[in-house]
Amino acid sequence: MSDSTVAVQGETHNPALLHHFATEEQQRNASSFGMWIFLGTEVMFFGGLFCAYLIYRGWYFGDFAAASKSINAALGGTNTAVLICSSLTVVLAIWAAQTSRRALMLAMLVLTMLFGLAFLGIKGIEYRDKFVEHHVPGPSFSFEHEEIPSHPGEYANPRHAEIFFALYFIMTGLHALHMVVGLGIFSWLLWAAWKGRFTPEYHTPLEIGGLYWHFVDIVWIYLFPLLYLIDRHR
Amino acid sequence: MATAITQPDAQPIERENYLNKHYGVWSWLLTTDHKRIALLYLMSITFFFFIGGFFALLIRLELLTPTGDLVQADTYNKLFTQHGQVMVFFFLIPSIPAVLGNFLVPMMVGAKDLAFPRINLLSWYLYIIGGIMMLHCMLTGGVDTGWTFYVPFSTAFSNTKVIEAGLAIFVVGFSSILTGLNFIVTIHRMRAPGMTWGRLPLFIWAHYATSVIQILGTPVIAITLVLVVAERALHLGIFDPKLGGDPLLFQHLFWFYSHPAVYIMILPSMGVVTEIIACFSRKRIFGYHFVALSSIAIAVFGFLVWAHHMFVAGISIYAALVFSILSYAVAVPSAVKVFNWTATLYKGSIHYDAPMLYAFGFLGLFTIGGLTGLFLACLGVDMHVHDTYFVIAHFHYIMVGGAVMGYLGGMHFWWPKISGKLYPEGWARLAALIVFIGFNLTFFPQFLLGYMGMPRRYFQYPAEFQVLNVLSTAGATVLGVGYLLPMIYFLWSMRYGKPAPDNPWNAAGLEWKTASPPPTFNFDEEPVVTWEAYNYDELDSEHKQEVPVVG
Repeated sequence: MSDSTVAVQGETHNPALLHHFATEEQQRNASSFGMWIFLGTEVMFFGGLFCAYLIYRGWYFGDFAAASKSINAALGGTNTAVLICSSLTVVLAIWAAQTSRRALMLAMLVLTMLFGLAFLGIKGIEYRDKFVEHHVPGPSFSFEHEEIPSHPGEYANPRHAEIFFALYFIMTGLHALHMVVGLGIFSWLLWAAWKGRFTPEYHTPLEIGGLYWHFVDIVWIYLFPLLYLIDRHR
Repeated sequence: MATAITQPDAQPIERENYLNKHYGVWSWLLTTDHKRIALLYLMSITFFFFIGGFFALLIRLELLTPTGDLVQADTYNKLFTQHGQVMVFFFLIPSIPAVLGNFLVPMMVGAKDLAFPRINLLSWYLYIIGGIMMLHCMLTGGVDTGWTFYVPFSTAFSNTKVIEAGLAIFVVGFSSILTGLNFIVTIHRMRAPGMTWGRLPLFIWAHYATSVIQILGTPVIAITLVLVVAERALHLGIFDPKLGGDPLLFQHLFWFYSHPAVYIMILPSMGVVTEIIACFSRKRIFGYHFVALSSIAIAVFGFLVWAHHMFVAGISIYAALVFSILSYAVAVPSAVKVFNWTATLYKGSIHYDAPMLYAFGFLGLFTIGGLTGLFLACLGVDMHVHDTYFVIAHFHYIMVGGAVMGYLGGMHFWWPKISGKLYPEGWARLAALIVFIGFNLTFFPQFLLGYMGMPRRYFQYPAEFQVLNVLSTAGATVLGVGYLLPMIYFLWSMRYGKPAPDNPWNAAGLEWKTASPPPTFNFDEEPVVTWEAYNYDELDSEHKQEVPVVG
């Protein structure tokens, strides 16, 4: 890091250093701190949803378990794997930037976006299945005679199952929206990387874009067991 | 001294500053200068303040007589709903942080700008988008749920524009989040050399605490509004008891933000008042660290008291007990502040300039508002006065008597810095007096009305309540005059006011060590701080001959 302070005093300071920062280090610290705080707001945003979800999951456990059984855990599990792989490629892209491996950095960014698109595609298939099965809350919603797991002869209350599906669509929908925003961010990162903006000294946008991507992954890591794996073990 | 950046007083030739560096509409609409964005916010929130005030005026006119003669129930419901939503979300929450905070936080910490200038501009645009949505909502029918959006009325029964109002507030919430985020990063990462945490002005500590609430609380109301909008649009049952939902869950989520939101309104005001009291008592603030940490304590406790809005909503008596005790606990850091301000005044060399008059007004009114808050935190008393005018009077003493008094005091205190012009001191003192009298005349009778049992949110009332209601309406008229006056003479002073010296109050703080108005990057040289905050004894020993009085 000592060379960056030298660079500031010399004529050759990084053009990415904005006027109101004294040093590149200050700018980098501010940027990543800002992203961490933004992620804190995101935790609270999803936190309200998780809170609502957990309350109803406790109240209507059997109905939620029955509704949960109707969504495709195999596709959900595949999506979990896809996202974990995408987090790895993000880290590799940053490492490539730090070690001046331009081709690897570009390849990893492209791969990250492909994983992101694959996630959205699989999510789309799941949504279509729910639509076909009339599990989308609304006038055509139907969840009659669905047995509660491990309670033979007992049927889920369709009203309560509808709450599950409402929360399912809102939670995964907002998550998918965050994925779309992430893809937008990574398109810009790819463009900037292609232009040669990122060097071992300056690759802050990659780091904070990566932070965002990891956060969206982590939300999914919580959503998957909460929504897909209620009472599956029996 | 280390204050080598102090410049000689204003010369006839105008120096280059943030106002005259560029001209034209686009130089404002595309600016990333925190000072210009502060002025954009100032114009926008003033606009909404007068809209909210217009609704208040109509409410008070209707309540002049016991029967519904000016408006009927449906219109009245819309009036108080939109008065609340406009005043809370479009005026009070952005008021001090987005105007004075935006202008002063970078200067007070010795930075050239906020950490993220473009995000700062984005926050203003989000405010404007939310504002346009809200205006559109009001002009095409309005909303009648009360500012609280209580379910299931808002999601299943109301025939008004709930979705549009909810989305408007959702959007404007993000402007608040971005402001808070920017402040926190700026305060952590952008302080000038020597500006340690213990040397920060208490205005900064107050804004830091405010920002913490903004970034942690606002996302929760955002998601709550998403759920309300989704439930209403798609007929879901998340909150509707008929469909298996829980209306109390809505109230918990709503107040988890909306109670701390009160502290978003009052904490910055406390910061302003701290600056003013120290300056016009010519003393170091008494108990600096206690005042600083009490701001943080208010932010933390503030998140733990929300259910005191729900004592009669059917929550468990044990929960109510805990929330009651915690609500009492908030009074401790608030009292710490009041006592420290009073101790600062003690044996101070007090100057009765207009900002100080507002600060005095704040002290008294906030104390009344705070103490009546304790009545409401008490379970037994709350059963009696819940949803009456007692509650209305209580929170107006905090939000108007506290927050708006502080805002006006701050506007006067920093107006010479913002505009480079002096406002007319005589008129300003008169306005402060009118506001104080008008405010008390408006809201003190409401304490009595509430205690006698007049419920809130009704457009008519029994005839025996009329005398007090007439007093309140008369007070509102006086208050309206008090609010119009500053707007008139501030605008007047921009053209005809005398040029302000760099430090008209001989005040401490980095913002006074640069020009009035400041240059675009705030300081000609990066300041290096070698002194403690509020070093008024040092300042006054340098300027024994000067008298810090203006006008």
